[in-house]
Amino acid sequence: MHIPDGFLDTRTWGALYGVSGGTTAYALYKVRDRLEGKKIPMLGITAAFIFAAQMLNFPVAGGTSGHFLGALLACTLLGPLEGYLVMVVVLLVQCLFFADGGLTVLGANIFNMGIIAGLLSYYLMMLVKVPLSRRIGEKRALLSSVAIFSWISVVMASAATALELAISGTVPLHVTLTAMLGVYSLIGVGEAMITTIVVGVVLQSRPDLVYAWRGPALTPARSAGEVA
Amino acid sequence: MMAFKLKESFSRNRGLWIFAGAGLLVAVLLAVFVSPWASSSPDGLEKVARDKGFAKKAEDTQPAWKHSPLKDYSVSGVRNEKASTGISGLLGVLITVGFALLVGLLAWGLGVRKRNREDAARSGPAG
Repeated sequence: MHIPDGFLDTRTWGALYGVSGGTTAYALYKVRDRLEGKKIPMLGITAAFIFAAQMLNFPVAGGTSGHFLGALLACTLLGPLEGYLVMVVVLLVQCLFFADGGLTVLGANIFNMGIIAGLLSYYLMMLVKVPLSRRIGEKRALLSSVAIFSWISVVMASAATALELAISGTVPLHVTLTAMLGVYSLIGVGEAMITTIVVGVVLQSRPDLVYAWRGPALTPARSAGEVA
Repeated sequence: MMAFKLKESFSRNRGLWIFAGAGLLVAVLLAVFVSPWASSSPDGLEKVARDKGFAKKAEDTQPAWKHSPLKDYSVSGVRNEKASTGISGLLGVLITVGFALLVGLLAWGLGVRKRNREDAARSGPAG
Protein backbone atom coordinates (compact mmCIF):
# COMPACT_ATOMS: atom_id res chain seq x y z
CA MET A 1 0.00 0.00 0.00
CA HIS A 2 3.08 2.25 -0.04
CA ILE A 3 2.32 5.05 -2.49
CA PRO A 4 5.26 5.93 -4.79
CA ASP A 5 6.23 9.45 -5.90
CA GLY A 6 4.07 10.70 -8.74
CA PHE A 7 0.69 9.28 -7.72
CA LEU A 8 -0.48 12.28 -5.68
CA ASP A 9 -0.51 15.95 -6.59
CA THR A 10 1.42 18.54 -4.59
CA ARG A 11 -1.65 19.95 -2.89
CA THR A 12 -2.72 16.52 -1.60
CA TRP A 13 0.64 15.26 -0.40
CA GLY A 14 1.44 18.66 1.07
CA ALA A 15 -1.76 18.69 3.11
CA LEU A 16 -1.16 15.14 4.29
CA TYR A 17 2.42 16.02 5.31
CA GLY A 18 0.85 18.72 7.47
CA VAL A 19 -1.60 16.31 9.10
CA SER A 20 1.00 13.60 9.69
CA GLY A 21 3.64 16.05 10.89
CA GLY A 22 1.22 17.61 13.36
CA THR A 23 0.06 14.21 14.61
CA THR A 24 3.66 13.07 15.07
CA ALA A 25 4.54 16.15 17.08
CA TYR A 26 1.41 15.72 19.20
CA ALA A 27 2.18 12.02 19.77
CA LEU A 28 5.75 12.76 20.92
CA TYR A 29 4.43 15.55 23.16
CA LYS A 30 1.81 13.31 24.82
CA VAL A 31 3.95 10.18 25.02
CA ARG A 32 6.78 11.89 26.91
CA ASP A 33 4.52 12.18 29.98
CA ARG A 34 3.82 8.47 30.25
CA LEU A 35 6.64 6.63 28.56
CA GLU A 36 8.67 4.73 31.10
CA GLY A 37 12.10 3.26 30.47
CA LYS A 38 10.97 -0.34 30.35
CA LYS A 39 8.68 0.36 27.43
CA ILE A 40 11.48 1.62 25.18
CA PRO A 41 12.76 -1.86 24.22
CA MET A 42 9.19 -2.85 23.34
CA LEU A 43 9.01 0.05 20.88
CA GLY A 44 12.16 -1.26 19.21
CA ILE A 45 10.97 -4.86 19.07
CA THR A 46 7.53 -3.99 17.73
CA ALA A 47 9.03 -1.78 15.03
CA ALA A 48 11.52 -4.51 14.06
CA PHE A 49 8.83 -7.18 13.93
CA ILE A 50 6.56 -5.01 11.77
CA PHE A 51 9.42 -4.14 9.43
CA ALA A 52 10.33 -7.81 9.01
CA ALA A 53 6.73 -8.97 8.65
CA GLN A 54 6.07 -6.31 6.00
CA MET A 55 8.78 -7.94 3.85
CA LEU A 56 6.80 -11.17 3.71
CA ASN A 57 4.49 -10.74 0.75
CA PHE A 58 1.97 -13.55 0.53
CA PRO A 59 0.10 -14.31 -2.70
CA VAL A 60 -3.56 -13.39 -2.96
CA ALA A 61 -5.87 -13.94 -5.93
CA GLY A 62 -4.90 -13.13 -9.50
CA GLY A 63 -1.12 -12.59 -9.50
CA THR A 64 -1.29 -10.08 -6.67
CA SER A 65 0.49 -10.14 -3.35
CA GLY A 66 -0.16 -8.52 -0.04
CA HIS A 67 1.76 -8.06 3.13
CA PHE A 68 1.12 -7.52 6.80
CA LEU A 69 0.62 -3.90 7.85
CA GLY A 70 0.80 -4.08 11.63
CA ALA A 71 -0.57 -0.68 12.58
CA LEU A 72 -3.40 -1.98 14.73
CA LEU A 73 -1.05 -4.54 16.25
CA ALA A 74 1.36 -1.80 17.30
CA CYS A 75 -1.43 0.30 18.82
CA THR A 76 -2.95 -2.68 20.64
CA LEU A 77 0.36 -3.74 22.17
CA LEU A 78 1.90 -0.34 22.94
CA GLY A 79 -0.97 2.15 23.14
CA PRO A 80 -2.31 4.20 20.23
CA LEU A 81 0.20 7.07 20.17
CA GLU A 82 3.19 4.81 20.82
CA GLY A 83 1.95 2.45 18.09
CA TYR A 84 1.55 5.39 15.73
CA LEU A 85 5.15 6.49 16.38
CA VAL A 86 6.36 2.96 15.65
CA MET A 87 4.57 3.06 12.29
CA VAL A 88 6.20 6.44 11.55
CA VAL A 89 9.62 4.87 12.22
CA VAL A 90 8.93 1.85 10.00
CA LEU A 91 7.62 3.98 7.12
CA LEU A 92 10.53 6.43 7.44
CA VAL A 93 13.11 3.62 7.30
CA GLN A 94 11.36 1.98 4.34
CA CYS A 95 11.23 5.28 2.48
CA LEU A 96 14.78 6.48 3.16
CA PHE A 97 16.71 3.20 3.04
CA PHE A 98 14.64 0.93 0.80
CA ALA A 99 12.90 3.32 -1.64
CA ASP A 100 9.63 1.69 -0.53
CA GLY A 101 7.12 4.55 -0.66
CA GLY A 102 8.06 7.95 -2.07
CA LEU A 103 9.57 10.77 -0.03
CA THR A 104 7.08 13.35 -1.29
CA VAL A 105 4.20 11.07 -0.29
CA LEU A 106 5.68 9.94 3.04
CA GLY A 107 3.13 12.12 4.84
CA ALA A 108 0.34 10.45 2.86
CA ASN A 109 1.68 6.98 3.63
CA ILE A 110 1.92 7.87 7.33
CA PHE A 111 -1.64 9.20 7.15
CA ASN A 112 -3.00 6.01 5.55
CA MET A 113 -1.00 3.44 7.48
CA GLY A 114 -0.40 5.25 10.77
CA ILE A 115 -3.42 7.46 11.32
CA ILE A 116 -6.20 5.58 9.48
CA ALA A 117 -5.00 1.99 9.98
CA GLY A 118 -3.45 2.76 13.38
CA LEU A 119 -4.99 5.52 15.48
CA LEU A 120 -8.48 5.64 13.95
CA SER A 121 -8.83 1.85 13.80
CA TYR A 122 -7.63 1.52 17.39
CA TYR A 123 -10.11 4.03 18.78
CA LEU A 124 -12.96 2.47 16.77
CA MET A 125 -11.90 -0.93 18.09
CA MET A 126 -11.99 0.28 21.68
CA LEU A 127 -15.48 1.68 21.17
CA VAL A 128 -16.60 -1.89 20.44
CA LYS A 129 -14.25 -3.79 22.72
CA VAL A 130 -15.08 -2.03 25.98
CA PRO A 131 -18.85 -2.76 25.99
CA LEU A 132 -18.21 -6.18 24.45
CA SER A 133 -15.90 -7.26 27.26
CA ARG A 134 -18.79 -6.84 29.74
CA ARG A 135 -20.80 -9.35 27.74
CA ILE A 136 -18.35 -12.03 26.64
CA GLY A 137 -15.35 -11.44 28.88
CA GLU A 138 -12.17 -9.44 28.41
CA LYS A 139 -10.10 -11.99 26.53
CA ARG A 140 -12.70 -12.99 23.95
CA ALA A 141 -13.74 -9.37 23.50
CA LEU A 142 -10.16 -8.23 22.90
CA LEU A 143 -9.24 -11.01 20.49
CA SER A 144 -12.46 -10.81 18.48
CA SER A 145 -12.32 -7.03 18.18
CA VAL A 146 -8.63 -7.23 17.22
CA ALA A 147 -9.55 -9.71 14.47
CA ILE A 148 -12.40 -7.60 13.11
CA PHE A 149 -10.70 -4.23 13.31
CA SER A 150 -7.37 -5.33 11.90
CA TRP A 151 -9.32 -6.36 8.80
CA ILE A 152 -11.17 -3.03 8.85
CA SER A 153 -7.89 -1.13 9.32
CA VAL A 154 -6.46 -2.44 6.04
CA VAL A 155 -9.70 -1.90 4.13
CA MET A 156 -10.06 1.67 5.45
CA ALA A 157 -6.46 2.47 4.55
CA SER A 158 -7.03 1.22 1.00
CA ALA A 159 -10.17 3.35 0.72
CA ALA A 160 -8.19 6.38 1.92
CA THR A 161 -5.55 5.66 -0.73
CA ALA A 162 -8.19 5.46 -3.47
CA LEU A 163 -9.68 8.73 -2.23
CA GLU A 164 -6.29 10.50 -2.31
CA LEU A 165 -5.65 9.23 -5.84
CA ALA A 166 -9.03 10.65 -6.86
CA ILE A 167 -8.50 14.01 -5.14
CA SER A 168 -5.13 14.27 -6.88
CA GLY A 169 -6.82 13.74 -10.24
CA THR A 170 -4.72 10.63 -10.88
CA VAL A 171 -7.61 8.24 -11.34
CA PRO A 172 -11.35 8.70 -10.62
CA LEU A 173 -12.75 7.14 -7.46
CA HIS A 174 -15.26 4.94 -9.28
CA VAL A 175 -12.41 3.35 -11.24
CA THR A 176 -10.22 2.39 -8.28
CA LEU A 177 -12.40 2.16 -5.19
CA THR A 178 -13.97 -1.23 -5.87
CA ALA A 179 -10.68 -2.64 -7.17
CA MET A 180 -8.80 -1.43 -4.07
CA LEU A 181 -11.49 -2.63 -1.66
CA GLY A 182 -11.59 -5.99 -3.45
CA VAL A 183 -7.86 -6.66 -3.19
CA TYR A 184 -7.42 -5.29 0.30
CA SER A 185 -10.41 -7.10 1.76
CA LEU A 186 -8.51 -10.29 0.84
CA ILE A 187 -5.19 -8.98 2.19
CA GLY A 188 -7.08 -7.89 5.30
CA VAL A 189 -7.86 -11.53 6.09
CA GLY A 190 -4.12 -12.17 6.37
CA GLU A 191 -3.79 -9.05 8.51
CA ALA A 192 -6.54 -10.27 10.86
CA MET A 193 -4.97 -13.72 11.21
CA ILE A 194 -1.46 -12.44 11.95
CA THR A 195 -2.62 -9.68 14.31
CA THR A 196 -4.89 -11.99 16.28
CA ILE A 197 -2.24 -14.69 16.59
CA VAL A 198 0.46 -12.26 17.74
CA VAL A 199 -1.84 -10.54 20.27
CA GLY A 200 -2.95 -13.99 21.46
CA VAL A 201 0.63 -15.18 21.93
CA VAL A 202 1.71 -12.05 23.81
CA LEU A 203 -1.46 -12.22 25.91
CA GLN A 204 -0.64 -15.79 26.84
CA SER A 205 2.93 -15.10 27.91
CA ARG A 206 2.98 -11.45 29.04
CA PRO A 207 -0.52 -9.92 29.31
CA ASP A 208 1.08 -6.91 30.99
CA LEU A 209 2.65 -6.06 27.62
CA VAL A 210 -0.71 -5.70 25.88
CA TYR A 211 -1.82 -2.10 26.33
CA ALA A 212 -5.41 -2.72 25.23
CA TRP A 213 -5.77 -5.48 27.80
CA ARG A 214 -8.13 -3.92 30.34
CA GLY A 215 -6.59 -0.71 29.23
CA PRO A 216 -8.36 2.60 29.08
CA ALA A 217 -10.82 3.17 26.29
CA LEU A 218 -10.18 6.62 24.97
CA THR A 219 -8.01 8.26 27.61
CA PRO A 220 -4.28 7.86 28.16
CA ALA A 221 -4.88 7.89 31.93
CA ARG A 222 -2.79 4.82 32.55
CA SER A 223 0.35 6.79 33.29
CA ALA A 224 -0.19 7.04 37.03
CA GLY A 225 -0.37 3.27 37.41
CA GLU A 226 2.48 2.61 35.03
CA VAL A 227 5.01 4.81 36.73
CA ALA A 228 4.64 2.99 40.03
CA MET B 1 22.32 10.69 35.35
CA MET B 2 19.84 9.89 32.64
CA ALA B 3 21.85 6.89 31.48
CA PHE B 4 22.16 5.64 35.02
CA LYS B 5 18.39 5.67 35.56
CA LEU B 6 17.88 3.83 32.32
CA LYS B 7 20.33 1.12 33.33
CA GLU B 8 18.59 0.73 36.65
CA SER B 9 15.23 0.39 34.95
CA PHE B 10 16.60 -2.26 32.61
CA SER B 11 18.22 -4.35 35.32
CA ARG B 12 14.95 -4.37 37.24
CA ASN B 13 13.12 -5.87 34.27
CA ARG B 14 15.20 -8.87 33.26
CA GLY B 15 12.16 -10.87 32.13
CA LEU B 16 11.19 -8.07 29.82
CA TRP B 17 14.63 -8.10 28.24
CA ILE B 18 14.42 -11.83 27.61
CA PHE B 19 11.03 -11.27 25.97
CA ALA B 20 12.46 -8.41 23.90
CA GLY B 21 15.42 -10.54 22.84
CA ALA B 22 13.09 -13.33 21.72
CA GLY B 23 11.02 -10.80 19.76
CA LEU B 24 14.11 -9.42 18.06
CA LEU B 25 15.25 -12.94 17.19
CA VAL B 26 11.90 -13.66 15.54
CA ALA B 27 12.15 -10.43 13.53
CA VAL B 28 15.70 -11.24 12.38
CA LEU B 29 14.79 -14.81 11.42
CA LEU B 30 11.78 -13.61 9.41
CA ALA B 31 13.75 -10.87 7.66
CA VAL B 32 16.81 -12.99 6.86
CA PHE B 33 15.49 -16.49 6.22
CA VAL B 34 11.84 -16.09 5.23
CA SER B 35 11.72 -12.83 3.26
CA PRO B 36 13.85 -14.14 0.34
CA TRP B 37 11.02 -16.56 -0.37
CA ALA B 38 8.21 -14.01 -0.16
CA SER B 39 5.91 -13.53 -3.15
CA SER B 40 7.33 -11.17 -5.76
CA SER B 41 3.97 -10.48 -7.38
CA PRO B 42 2.93 -6.82 -7.41
CA ASP B 43 1.21 -5.74 -4.20
CA GLY B 44 -2.40 -4.60 -4.07
CA LEU B 45 -1.88 -0.94 -4.98
CA GLU B 46 0.72 -1.77 -7.67
CA LYS B 47 -1.61 -4.29 -9.26
CA VAL B 48 -4.55 -1.87 -9.27
CA ALA B 49 -2.27 0.82 -10.75
CA ARG B 50 -1.24 -1.52 -13.59
CA ASP B 51 -4.77 -2.74 -14.26
CA LYS B 52 -6.26 0.75 -14.25
CA GLY B 53 -3.44 2.26 -16.26
CA PHE B 54 -1.95 4.79 -13.86
CA ALA B 55 1.22 2.87 -12.93
CA LYS B 56 2.94 4.97 -15.61
CA LYS B 57 2.57 8.08 -13.45
CA ALA B 58 5.04 6.66 -10.95
CA GLU B 59 7.35 5.23 -13.61
CA ASP B 60 7.57 8.61 -15.33
CA THR B 61 8.35 10.43 -12.07
CA GLN B 62 11.87 10.79 -10.79
CA PRO B 63 11.92 9.64 -7.17
CA ALA B 64 12.37 12.57 -4.80
CA TRP B 65 14.99 10.68 -2.81
CA LYS B 66 17.51 8.79 -4.95
CA HIS B 67 20.00 7.68 -2.33
CA SER B 68 18.30 4.71 -0.75
CA PRO B 69 21.24 2.39 -0.04
CA LEU B 70 19.09 -0.76 -0.01
CA LYS B 71 16.77 0.09 -2.86
CA ASP B 72 14.10 -2.55 -3.50
CA TYR B 73 15.33 -4.63 -0.57
CA SER B 74 18.61 -5.61 -2.15
CA VAL B 75 22.29 -5.01 -1.46
CA SER B 76 24.26 -3.87 -4.47
CA GLY B 77 27.25 -6.10 -5.04
CA VAL B 78 25.62 -9.25 -3.70
CA ARG B 79 24.83 -11.31 -6.78
CA ASN B 80 22.77 -14.02 -5.12
CA GLU B 81 19.27 -12.62 -5.07
CA LYS B 82 18.15 -14.51 -1.96
CA ALA B 83 21.24 -13.52 0.00
CA SER B 84 20.83 -9.93 -1.16
CA THR B 85 17.25 -9.80 0.12
CA GLY B 86 18.17 -11.53 3.37
CA ILE B 87 21.08 -9.18 4.12
CA SER B 88 18.96 -6.13 3.33
CA GLY B 89 16.33 -7.53 5.69
CA LEU B 90 18.87 -7.95 8.49
CA LEU B 91 20.15 -4.40 8.00
CA GLY B 92 16.59 -3.11 7.86
CA VAL B 93 15.67 -4.77 11.15
CA LEU B 94 18.76 -3.29 12.84
CA ILE B 95 18.14 0.20 11.42
CA THR B 96 14.47 0.02 12.44
CA VAL B 97 15.32 -1.06 15.99
CA GLY B 98 17.83 1.76 16.22
CA PHE B 99 15.39 4.41 14.99
CA ALA B 100 12.58 3.20 17.24
CA LEU B 101 14.86 3.16 20.29
CA LEU B 102 15.99 6.68 19.44
CA VAL B 103 12.40 7.91 19.22
CA GLY B 104 11.62 6.13 22.51
CA LEU B 105 14.66 7.63 24.22
CA LEU B 106 13.81 11.06 22.86
CA ALA B 107 10.23 10.93 24.21
CA TRP B 108 11.40 9.43 27.49
CA GLY B 109 14.18 11.96 27.90
CA LEU B 110 11.77 14.84 27.23
CA GLY B 111 9.48 13.44 29.92
CA VAL B 112 12.29 13.10 32.49
CA ARG B 113 13.44 16.64 31.77
CA LYS B 114 9.90 17.96 32.15
CA ARG B 115 9.37 16.14 35.46
CA ASN B 116 12.71 17.33 36.80
CA ARG B 117 11.79 20.89 35.90
CA GLU B 118 8.43 20.52 37.62
CA ASP B 119 10.04 19.04 40.73
CA ALA B 120 12.52 21.92 40.84
CA ALA B 121 9.68 24.42 40.50
CA ARG B 122 7.70 22.73 43.30
CA SER B 123 10.53 22.59 45.78
CA GLY B 124 10.91 26.33 45.38
CA PRO B 125 13.83 28.56 44.46
CA ALA B 126 15.93 27.12 47.30
CA GLY B 127 15.67 23.58 45.83
